[in-house]
Amino acid sequence: MSSKLTAIELLEKNQHFIEKPSKLWIVKVFALAIIFSIGLYALVLQLIEGHIITGMRDNVVWGVYIVNFVFVLGLSYAGALLAGIFHLGRVVWAVPLQRVLKLLTVFTLIIAPFFILLCIGRPERLFNLFIYPRIQSPIIWDVIAIVTDLIFCVVYLYFTYIKDFALLRDRSVDLAMAPWRRKIYTFFALGYQNTEEQRKFLNQALDIMAAIIIPTSIIAYSLLAWLFGMNLKVGWHSSILGPFFVLSAVYSGIAALIIIMWSYRKTEKLENVFTDSHFNILGYALLILSLFYGYFYFSDYVTEWYNLQNTPNMLWEKYFDLSQYGIAFYSSILMVTILPAIIIGIPWFRNVNSIAFTSLLVLIGLWIRRYLMIVPVLETPYLPIHQDIRQDWVLYSATWVEWALTIAGGALFILLFVIASRIAPILPISEMVEKAGESRFVFSFKGKKKLSTEEI
Amino acid sequence: MKEEKDQPQEDSGRRNFLKMSLLAGGATMTGAGLIAAAANGDSSGEKIKVLTTDGKVIEVDKPNGACKINPCDPPNGEEARHGVPGRSFVMVIDLAKCNNARKCIEGCQKGHDLLPDQEWMKVYLMKPNPESDPYWFPKNCFHCDNPPCVKVCPVGATFKRTDNAVLVDADRCIGCKFCVSACPYSARIVNWIDTPNYSGKDPNYSPETSVPSQHGIVGKCDFCVDRSREGKLPYCAGSCPMGVIYYGDRNEDSVTNGEETLRFSQLIKDRAAFRYLEELGTAPNVYYLPPTERIFPYERGLENISEEKRKADLKSISKK
Repeated sequence: MSSKLTAIELLEKNQHFIEKPSKLWIVKVFALAIIFSIGLYALVLQLIEGHIITGMRDNVVWGVYIVNFVFVLGLSYAGALLAGIFHLGRVVWAVPLQRVLKLLTVFTLIIAPFFILLCIGRPERLFNLFIYPRIQSPIIWDVIAIVTDLIFCVVYLYFTYIKDFALLRDRSVDLAMAPWRRKIYTFFALGYQNTEEQRKFLNQALDIMAAIIIPTSIIAYSLLAWLFGMNLKVGWHSSILGPFFVLSAVYSGIAALIIIMWSYRKTEKLENVFTDSHFNILGYALLILSLFYGYFYFSDYVTEWYNLQNTPNMLWEKYFDLSQYGIAFYSSILMVTILPAIIIGIPWFRNVNSIAFTSLLVLIGLWIRRYLMIVPVLETPYLPIHQDIRQDWVLYSATWVEWALTIAGGALFILLFVIASRIAPILPISEMVEKAGESRFVFSFKGKKKLSTEEI
Repeated sequence: MKEEKDQPQEDSGRRNFLKMSLLAGGATMTGAGLIAAAANGDSSGEKIKVLTTDGKVIEVDKPNGACKINPCDPPNGEEARHGVPGRSFVMVIDLAKCNNARKCIEGCQKGHDLLPDQEWMKVYLMKPNPESDPYWFPKNCFHCDNPPCVKVCPVGATFKRTDNAVLVDADRCIGCKFCVSACPYSARIVNWIDTPNYSGKDPNYSPETSVPSQHGIVGKCDFCVDRSREGKLPYCAGSCPMGVIYYGDRNEDSVTNGEETLRFSQLIKDRAAFRYLEELGTAPNVYYLPPTERIFPYERGLENISEEKRKADLKSISKK
């Protein structure tokens, strides 16, 4: 596919990112900016009025914000994990997805912490986290994990841009780029000239970064799971929570990747890069993960159900009761386990659009799953809190402020992608033209014949 | 004082002393506190007799005024994190006596400048099994020896002291609310609404008094250590018309509800006291005496509350 083209040809084929922005693009940015600024207005209101204008109360102290935090962070860790595995595994077909995956990782990693900041009653005191940190607290684990992961992922993303920036710098005259673009590319290319030594050095750096971010993202998302798992709460205090979180993260990450690929196919005509076979392979991954998800979920439930204790029973009754969380519960199970198995599992239903649609269902379903994992659990402590007659203190429902900020987060995510694809190609052009596997294996097998990369 | 009837004679000296000291202060401040007070040098010059832990009667200076623990003023800053030396505050709640008068809630709210919505002390209607009669269950913070809330606090704004109290430093709390979700006893209350009572930063603020509190942070029962310093009972214990709530010092082995003073260890032993959700391993310092031979039928407690609340309470126990 791509390896037949030279870098220059590939760049010229995908050079619309340097063209004057279309009207549609401007409208898109404008619309997203408006949605985002409604969120900003809600944020200002929340800062002035305090958390009383959200739906959070003494029992459900974490609402939609933390659901978004968990969800968005999951996308990020999945992006990093997949990018790392694809890179180290020299997965040839996945090379064109690398840039999208890394952008997904970094953008979500930037957005996610804002959602947890929204949960904090006194954000202006956050510096206390650095003055009086207590390593026993899972929040400090998370702060360390997110900051570490953010640094690694930004560095990794940047490293993968260097070759392309150098290419763009060298082609700036031919492509008739604006001078400011040339300046930016020259600066960020860091004098990369694609010499033998530089290439070797950069490829090694990329391998090392890929190897680092795989365990980092698994650890970081498990730490996030323990933010919940370490509580003495029925529904959270479970050893499966860490692996379950990692699994759902990868699941949601692949779904998000498919949706992003689909959007680029529609908007930037990238059909011959994000090909049908990409959708096919990732669709199968989705199918396998949906079965795994169902298995994890069933294991979690069946052990609880077999010897049902009082408080877990109360929680499960809420999930099953149609007048409480029943509709959300059944529809999310349908969206994350049953429908993917049917739509992708049966060849007759399987095509690019249906796979993209299933991915959307999976994303929505997984968001609802996170909501169900957090809110009903907080509504079900050991004490009979429903003796409190203030209904809104016992049962959580998000206010418009929380929804506005949630949608603003989504708008910001799309906006970042829309802008990023105007700054540099959304495809890792240099990586795509390099013969797959050219970069040296860091982990060579001593005493054994090196695997031939040609055979892959 | 029927618990004391079977005591051996040797103890009578100490018992009399306990009575006397309680007559003076209405609370439980005895030997250890006074010795500590005398050692700190803030004294009135007057001498009084106290009993040491090894059974000797010694003379020490009487502390100034009403102060039972020296210093009388609740400390702030770093000092507030250590606890009153030699103290081990405990509470015993006699479920057989509670009739949901809800005076403990009112007293606590008044004493701690709480909003009507904020109940650091709560009273639940509990029904242990389908056959049993329900009973009223007052519940504050249990000041656990293994507090899940303290474990998860990222900035050490909530801390465990040597005198058993688990307190919140309103100046440091960032309002992440992790402690609220970590507490299995739903003991923590967030200051959701900003009121004029809240300060920005008060130089006299002490985590022991919890007043003035601040907006956007977490508050909770503070075990009224500041009241102990003055020789007074906690607001809840002091306002209870039934004498349900006993408060005292485990090191002195005495608890009082203001009317009677009992030997803590004997009371716990004889009445088969339990701690709520003992199996969680949190090791609370609030003990419950089982609701056996109740003084009032539980229905008496339903008279004090609104129709709506009555319905909610009865509905919640009807399932079991």
